[in-house]
Amino acid sequence: MLSYASKRVLIGFLTLLAASVVVFAVLEVVPGDPARLMLGMNATEDAVRTLQEQMGLNQPLITRYLSWLGGLLSGDLGRSYTYSVPVIDLITERVAVSLPLALISLALSTLIAIPVGLFSAARRGSLSDTATMGVAQVGVAIPNFWFALLLVYVFAVTLRLVPAGGFPGWHAGLWPGLKSLILPSIALALPQAAILARITRSALLDVLGEDYIRTARAKGLSRRKVLYRHALRNALIPVLTILGLQFAFLLAGTIIIENVFYLPGLGRLVFQAITQRDLIVVEGVVMVLVATVILVNLLVDLSYAVVDPRLRSRA
Amino acid sequence: MMKFWKSVLAGAAIALLSSTASFAAKTDLVLGIVLEPPHLDPTAGAAAAIDEVVYANIFEGLTRIGAKGDVLPALAESWTISGDGKIYTFKLHKDVKFHDGTAFDAEDVKFSLDRAHADKSTNAQKGLFAAIDTVEVVDPLTVKVTLKQPNGDFLYNMGWGDAVIVAPESAGTNKEKPIGTGPFKFDSWAKGSQIVISKNPEYWGTPAALEKATFRVIPDPAAATAALMAGDVQAFPVFPSYETIAQFQADPRFKVVIGTTEGETVLGMNNKKPPFDNLKVRQAIAHAIDRKALIDGAMFGLGTPIGSFFPPHHPAYLDLTSETAYDPELSKKLLAEAGHADGFKTTLKLPPPTYARRGGEIIAAELREIGIEAEIIPLEWAQWLEQVFKGKDYDMTIVSHTEPNDLNIFARDDYYFNYDNPAFRDLIKQIEATSDAEKRTELYQQAQKVLATDVPAAFLFQLPKTGVWDAKIEGLWENGPIQANDLTAVKWAE
Repeated sequence: MLSYASKRVLIGFLTLLAASVVVFAVLEVVPGDPARLMLGMNATEDAVRTLQEQMGLNQPLITRYLSWLGGLLSGDLGRSYTYSVPVIDLITERVAVSLPLALISLALSTLIAIPVGLFSAARRGSLSDTATMGVAQVGVAIPNFWFALLLVYVFAVTLRLVPAGGFPGWHAGLWPGLKSLILPSIALALPQAAILARITRSALLDVLGEDYIRTARAKGLSRRKVLYRHALRNALIPVLTILGLQFAFLLAGTIIIENVFYLPGLGRLVFQAITQRDLIVVEGVVMVLVATVILVNLLVDLSYAVVDPRLRSRA
Repeated sequence: MMKFWKSVLAGAAIALLSSTASFAAKTDLVLGIVLEPPHLDPTAGAAAAIDEVVYANIFEGLTRIGAKGDVLPALAESWTISGDGKIYTFKLHKDVKFHDGTAFDAEDVKFSLDRAHADKSTNAQKGLFAAIDTVEVVDPLTVKVTLKQPNGDFLYNMGWGDAVIVAPESAGTNKEKPIGTGPFKFDSWAKGSQIVISKNPEYWGTPAALEKATFRVIPDPAAATAALMAGDVQAFPVFPSYETIAQFQADPRFKVVIGTTEGETVLGMNNKKPPFDNLKVRQAIAHAIDRKALIDGAMFGLGTPIGSFFPPHHPAYLDLTSETAYDPELSKKLLAEAGHADGFKTTLKLPPPTYARRGGEIIAAELREIGIEAEIIPLEWAQWLEQVFKGKDYDMTIVSHTEPNDLNIFARDDYYFNYDNPAFRDLIKQIEATSDAEKRTELYQQAQKVLATDVPAAFLFQLPKTGVWDAKIEGLWENGPIQANDLTAVKWAE
């Protein structure tokens, strides 16, 4: 168990270092000058030059990379060019929205998907299986922003139960904060749940065809017991993998949903920073995301070991 | 049991009280804005979103621009101009305080103006201050500004958001925590979400009617529509979704106001690059564009056609659209005379705004009719500024020039049009040196005519200001003479 874990951690760290090189190199070759963008079309050349100097943009690439990397190692992500506040503050503010949103959506989609998958797998080929998987197929096909707009028109514009968007901030209280996350998390969760339900079902069906399931049934275990105790546990590995991927997506890939609900999340921060060429913010956010994805994958890998004892000794 | 009924009664009384309170006029307002300002210091950035929050609300200058584009006194209650037009003596209001409690006086004016035109200045409109030679403090309430040469635009220039007066104590931190002298104070900013300002109880002038105003950032047009319909936002002074304007016009709960702006939208051409260096080619392109079809198709019918580079609401405006009226046959003839009877291939680089992307498709289709194949290249703003604006690496582009009083861009050295006309430069110099209104009008009209016949760019339409707000709100600006949301006179109808 220990060697398996430490190897994973080391790989994670190396990935992070490689990512820092790639992220910096790719972003620095993107055309566009943040100073010129800030001062606009009427700016004089000397004003643009002065601002470039203030931002430290006139230093050589390597110098800037090393000072950025040095900052990273000491936990300092630098200061935003446009907002002129520490990047870490910007990220923490946005994570306060994105993380709860991702967790709620993930919980919601899991709570829907696993029972649905179990239900369908247990009734393979029946009418109810076909119907459920048909609905799930529609769920996969529906674009989440369209579904989000539909939710807004029904629950915010017509029924006025929840706000159409925006985020009041957690300082406004837990309930107002959660209330503004209800529609976005449903909009995010349902398509994810549809995917997850289909994965759960097919993973279960694979397992249910195995010899040991027949053996378990032959020993006299009930269908139900076999399904929950033997099949589900073994089918969880692909499900966990998908969950890990979905979490990374839910944390940063939700820009469209953030736009529809004008939520101040990480996705919009990155998008805005890219268009404003606030590269230091983009670099910071990407590094945080890379770290998160690595961490989540690490947890998923470790949880495989929990679910499947054979992996503990292999590694 | 008695106790239970007491608390029920108390609860009912509180409910009653709070519901009667809501019958009184509302004093708070939530406004939607499309772009979030990068920071809140108008003296250190060009983003219109900065002024949309702080102009006239938080910060004030010596003068200010009014709803009709006129120059009004602000922190300067009056001024005198010397006979040669070079010395401006401003008399300042007394008992003015910055929001942090520090006093405002002539030293602050000197500090702000010197800072804006210093060598190390990063003011986005540094050109506005180029005429200033010296700024002297005569006494705490009098400032004398000496210009290098007479400048007829000086008082107007001092009314820009970039020329507001800041205090030396807070100038360095205005980006995050703006400290001005205006009727509203900065309250809070949740990045990516909203900015809140509240009434300044110690304001020196007419106090604001609103107690609190929230600027909520809503970039998505569909979300903007939903937010207004759901009542989350009560006013969208620059509403981003032309498609849904008709829906709001049909709804009595809302007021839709289509006003004008300072945004002249042009098809810019690279005047030094063949074949655009040929006047006949530029004329052919201008005559190939059907402005009405363009405005209907790209702008849902909103916008005023222009035939030169001047806003239609300005008193000196001349309608010169007939100079380059839609006439594809004439275009073909002009192309043939220029030696391009079979047309040519070229490119059209488009920045992100809807007017450019949609307008570009329509114009490319119209140019195809006369044999010009324009390949559309969409660009982000940063790329556009780099390639087109700075690098002049382009054939044609579409952009709206939203700065007020910017006729002089066609006289600038090294501007992206690559237009070089000494006669026009001379006209602009004369305009800048002239203060007499009548003479200025005449010169403005001459300049408009030069551009209309020279076609350094094809002039398309004036960008509209599409405001949608709750029908009970009064006092919001109908037009956009500068990019601002002046809330000083805004209130809810009783």
